[in-house]
Amino acid sequence: MKLTLRFAAGMAIAGAIGLAASEPHWSAAAPQQTPPATQPPPTQPQEVTTTIRIGGGGAPPRFAVPDFIALSSDTETIAIGKTVAQVLWDDFTFEREFSMIPRDTYTTIPAATSLTDLPFDRWRELGADGVVIGTVQKTGSGVRVQVRLYEIAMRRSVFGQEYAGGAGSARLYAHTIADEIHQQQRGLRGVARTKLAFDSDRSGERMSGTVENRGVKEIFISDYDGENQRQVTTNRSLNITATWSPDGRSIAYTSYRRGLPNIFISNIYQGTMEEMTKNAESNFLPAWSPDGTRVCFMSNRDGNPEIYVANRDGSNVRRLTNHPANDVTCTWSPSGTEIAFTSDRTGSPQIYVVGVDGLGLQKITSEPYCDRPTWSPAPYNEIAYSARTGPGQDIKVIDLTTRQVRQLTFGEGSNESPSWAPNGRHVAFMSTRAGKHQIFTIARDGKEVRQVTKLGNNYQPDWSK
Amino acid sequence: MRIPRATRSSTTVAQLLVLSLTVTALACGKKKPPVVRPVPPPPSTQAAPTKPPAPPEPVAEPTIVPPEPMKEDKIAAASLDDLNRSSPLKPVFFAFDSAEVDQTGQAALNENAAIMKKYPSWSVTIEGHCDERGTAEYNLALGERRAVSARTYLLSLGIPADRLRTVSYGKEFPFDPGHDEAAWTKNRRAHFVITAK
Repeated sequence: MKLTLRFAAGMAIAGAIGLAASEPHWSAAAPQQTPPATQPPPTQPQEVTTTIRIGGGGAPPRFAVPDFIALSSDTETIAIGKTVAQVLWDDFTFEREFSMIPRDTYTTIPAATSLTDLPFDRWRELGADGVVIGTVQKTGSGVRVQVRLYEIAMRRSVFGQEYAGGAGSARLYAHTIADEIHQQQRGLRGVARTKLAFDSDRSGERMSGTVENRGVKEIFISDYDGENQRQVTTNRSLNITATWSPDGRSIAYTSYRRGLPNIFISNIYQGTMEEMTKNAESNFLPAWSPDGTRVCFMSNRDGNPEIYVANRDGSNVRRLTNHPANDVTCTWSPSGTEIAFTSDRTGSPQIYVVGVDGLGLQKITSEPYCDRPTWSPAPYNEIAYSARTGPGQDIKVIDLTTRQVRQLTFGEGSNESPSWAPNGRHVAFMSTRAGKHQIFTIARDGKEVRQVTKLGNNYQPDWSK
Repeated sequence: MRIPRATRSSTTVAQLLVLSLTVTALACGKKKPPVVRPVPPPPSTQAAPTKPPAPPEPVAEPTIVPPEPMKEDKIAAASLDDLNRSSPLKPVFFAFDSAEVDQTGQAALNENAAIMKKYPSWSVTIEGHCDERGTAEYNLALGERRAVSARTYLLSLGIPADRLRTVSYGKEFPFDPGHDEAAWTKNRRAHFVITAK
């Protein structure tokens, strides 16, 4: 059952756009990609050869995304057209590179019936600099989605793309279009196709074999926007501190399924599981090296919480810290040469950085209580962490070059477990601001707070790379 | 408490030895003509009559001391689940952000050690728990330290290391779901679970 579900999940993702989940094979924006030999040649319009950026670099250009045009009148195709447009609008809003014109203001503008009959003057009256329109067409095996980005002032298409795949993945078409337009128009790596991993008690199941009434936590994943939530573990014990492998195909986590906490790796598209640490002692809090070959973690195997580094198969374990205090919660630098962690060696938990060779230890923070460092991706050189600011915690960010600290949350509940988006522009975190424990995302400037989870309690998010 | 079999059999051997020596002495006396001279006291036969044989009664019928206490031991009789439901092992409570066993904690551990010595077959897992304040991640380490502190103290009282395991649950399983100091006080603890008896 478990295998089937996981396999199905993988197929749904992989099957949505041709063969590869992350590399659509029709790609005008990435001509360096060679289509697989078995696929038909690209069918996208060839007039889009040079990148034309909409907007002059001042205020963000104003964009509109009306419903994609259904080329057949059945409800499914119409629904796909609406969903793709709405999700695309949301994805653009999330990155804030474009000023998005609310979709309910388009009603007076006559809907286009093809990709070429856009009423440019009406869109200009609405103040749009760019309009994304598209079509959805049923095919024998699914749907074909075509999209254009029009520069209204010049009445020309500056981006064109065509996708084919299953009919059930409207959101993934939108996420792919968003990422490609962000890349082409702004040189930005969008995060629309990234995912979150976290743990949740939503099942309400109780652990067996304990006298105390203890609830289980299982690992879940979702799209970055909280949609498409799927359960990864089903062992009815405590499964916490999930972390994505850099290739997004595996999740390492702490599981108590054997009694003592140990590190397990679930390969979510194969439906297989590895036990990384099999020793009798406790092992917690895995974090992948940027190249995915190694994992750092905390273990009490020498009688005291220390940080260790091992290969992903658990071999070649090396102790990184050696101090009678608690050393816990490691994170890798983007270069893979340094590791940040929490230590209470001065009496309270603080963030430290040390070389992977164990040399060059530096204390980074000097506050009452700091934990869960998470190192930003390049080009930012920052560490986000959770700091005690009062009765609860808040998310802060320290610039490792200037050592300046800024705060992202300000006492709205307790805010813990930050995790950077792979483009460094957002942070996922857990907050109690909405009552229970839920996952939120926030922009790196503290704006655009979005609630990602609602069901049960959800903890310790990790953003895929 | 039982009289060992070895004691009984060695007593019987001693009795046989005394008997055979007496018979030998009588036989020798009949064969030889009477001679008037002082007979040197035979050391072995002399010793035998002066040392009375051990009284046979208590050996033959020893007082039976049963290996289990006669009065009902509810603790020994209880199932593991029942034991853990109202555990004879007391929890140890900790100060905020601390893993130090204070005097009250030491008193609880002294009692726990006495019980573990009385029931030497018990294996115990010491769970380290934290209150909801602080981060989930750091609390995994703090819980570990609390469990290890309690274990170290029990080891110092002579409880064998292989009877004591530790596991940290951080702040995952509060005993009191409240959000005030009264609840937090209960949740910062080392909790003892009997895993084998």
